[in-house]
Amino acid sequence: MADSPSNNEYWSANIRLVTICLVIWALASFGFGILLRPLVSGIAVGGTDLGFWFAQQGSILVFLVLIFFYAWRMNSLDKQFGVDEE
Amino acid sequence: MDQTTLNFIFVGASFALYFGIAIWARAGSTSEFYAAGRGVNPVVNGMATAADWMSAASFISMAGLIAFTGYNNSLFLMGWTGGYVLMAMLLAPYLRKFGKYTVPEFVGDRYYSQTARVVAVVCLIVISTTYVIGQMAGAGVAFSRFLEVQSDTGLIIAACVVAVYAVLGGMKGITYTQVAQYCVLIIAYTIPAIFISLQLTGNPIPGLGLFSSMNEGLPGGVEAGVPLLTTLDGLLTDLGFNEYTATTNPWLMALYTLSLMIGTAGLPHVIIRFFTVPRVADARWSAGWALVFIALLYLTAPAVGAMARLNVITTMWPNGVEGEAVAVDDLPDWFRTWEVTGLLGVEDLNGDGMIQYYNAGSEAGAALAEAQGLEGNELVTFNRDILVLANPEIAQLPGWVIGLIAAGGLAAALSTAAGLLLAISSAISHDLIKSTINPNISEKGELMAARVSMLVAIVIATYLGLNPPGFAAQVVALAFGLAAASLFPTLMMGIFSKRINSKGAVAGMLAGLISTCLYLFLYLGWFFIPGTAMLDSSQYLFGIPPTHFGPIGALFNFAVAYLVSNATEEVPQEIQELVESVRIPRGAGAAVDH
Repeated sequence: MADSPSNNEYWSANIRLVTICLVIWALASFGFGILLRPLVSGIAVGGTDLGFWFAQQGSILVFLVLIFFYAWRMNSLDKQFGVDEE
Repeated sequence: MDQTTLNFIFVGASFALYFGIAIWARAGSTSEFYAAGRGVNPVVNGMATAADWMSAASFISMAGLIAFTGYNNSLFLMGWTGGYVLMAMLLAPYLRKFGKYTVPEFVGDRYYSQTARVVAVVCLIVISTTYVIGQMAGAGVAFSRFLEVQSDTGLIIAACVVAVYAVLGGMKGITYTQVAQYCVLIIAYTIPAIFISLQLTGNPIPGLGLFSSMNEGLPGGVEAGVPLLTTLDGLLTDLGFNEYTATTNPWLMALYTLSLMIGTAGLPHVIIRFFTVPRVADARWSAGWALVFIALLYLTAPAVGAMARLNVITTMWPNGVEGEAVAVDDLPDWFRTWEVTGLLGVEDLNGDGMIQYYNAGSEAGAALAEAQGLEGNELVTFNRDILVLANPEIAQLPGWVIGLIAAGGLAAALSTAAGLLLAISSAISHDLIKSTINPNISEKGELMAARVSMLVAIVIATYLGLNPPGFAAQVVALAFGLAAASLFPTLMMGIFSKRINSKGAVAGMLAGLISTCLYLFLYLGWFFIPGTAMLDSSQYLFGIPPTHFGPIGALFNFAVAYLVSNATEEVPQEIQELVESVRIPRGAGAAVDH
């Protein structure tokens, strides 16, 4: 089981997926929610700017989508590489 | 029927429900006691995790925390939810695959070292104990505010209730009571929020109402059709407070957010909840469901904060800031009710028969005082918890909603306390007694040991709740900092690296633990004893407050573990195979019967 080529491929596919998800995770919270807030301050959302919305609502919604996307994608990768639970 | 009787009925009914569940979900084996027999549906586990995670602080204090600083404290919203992304992708599924009962057990096996396991037990106990003190105290406070019993008496009643279902049912009993507690607390939180949002903006969803425009016919000179946040910003600046939506220090805010995220992902009482689902795939789904149920409250909380703050201002200034303030005799009933508890307090400093609420220490405040002849802010006590506690009364909802809030606040405190106590007791009975002191203990003996450890943990937590150490406020920062600096990096490296060996892991954990404690102690006092702090806040390293130190401690942990591991021997072959097997879901069923 250890070090078989398909397991390595499975693992790098997982690492790729996690990396993409965490980049989006950081962009939604640390990015638009905090540090990049001045960049998107021109976009008005209900009496304030997009950054405020990301900090109090948007980031949490993005996190939700990310976790479900990851779960769905990983569960199908498991099957594709034949490492799912029987 | 008076309000206290109504509150008793609601709280009593919720307790009866928890006891019923406890009897139905008795634990018959260690597998049931530690991991609910690994038969919990992922959606159900998500709900239990949400109750496990959301404490009395989330329920009662968070909206107020956000309301008093506005945008800047959004870091609590992002920090306490973003950690679930890390947990779902970096820890939970792999630890479920590993298929054991406790977090230190993984550390001990992966780093083939009893020392590593014991260090992890120490981290776990420090983190969970500091956390549980706050929960016990929170339960006591909820009792005293709603049921007019002494805070200490309330705390002891709460401890007895937890003892019944936690000792009897272990993880199994706790899981199903947490589901019930989640339902109670989320209904209690959202009903007043929906009504307030409807009253102010006409939008039934508070999270959307926050960004909507004001209704017609509201008091306080509020203009219809203007966005709620613009209205709030305007009122606050007129009164000399900081603008609600302004940013203060984005880099420190980002660092604190990261500290809370990593800390959340490393909290053992949350991690072990993912050991209860049947399969690895379920652990992934379950993290998503947990965040769904958490988000229901966390998306509502900022709206509750902003709307309640707006309501308090328009109550104090019914004719707008330019007009006359509220007369002492015209203060609403809810105001009088909560004045009795000491959470609100007024003092007519200039003797004009009216109560002026403003920020006397600011330029705008001074101008206002000049114009109206004020001699200081007359809303002298304004506890932030009031924004949630008085919410149903501010929205003029019937008494049963207040009873629901009482039951909800207690549910939040009890569910978190029970989860923490289980993490502590399983570390003692499984990691210390079963693995270190008496490895030959029988299954029945271990179950008994687990129950006794649970009881002892409850007694100690009750004692600490009754006699809280003077540093209770600081230790919560310690819990998050330690979880971020010690457990999270060690667990993550155990899965994602095959190179980190036992020496590296132990050195890394100690580096994270010691650097974090040192930084906290230098600024907050050695062991938080007042007067022993050696540096003050003007001397923060790079301006970083101790509460924000978690990610830096984690960085030390990663760096030291990497350097030490590379300088010492390779990880044995069988451990490398263990890591390989943790990385793939296949075979998780077999791991159940270990």
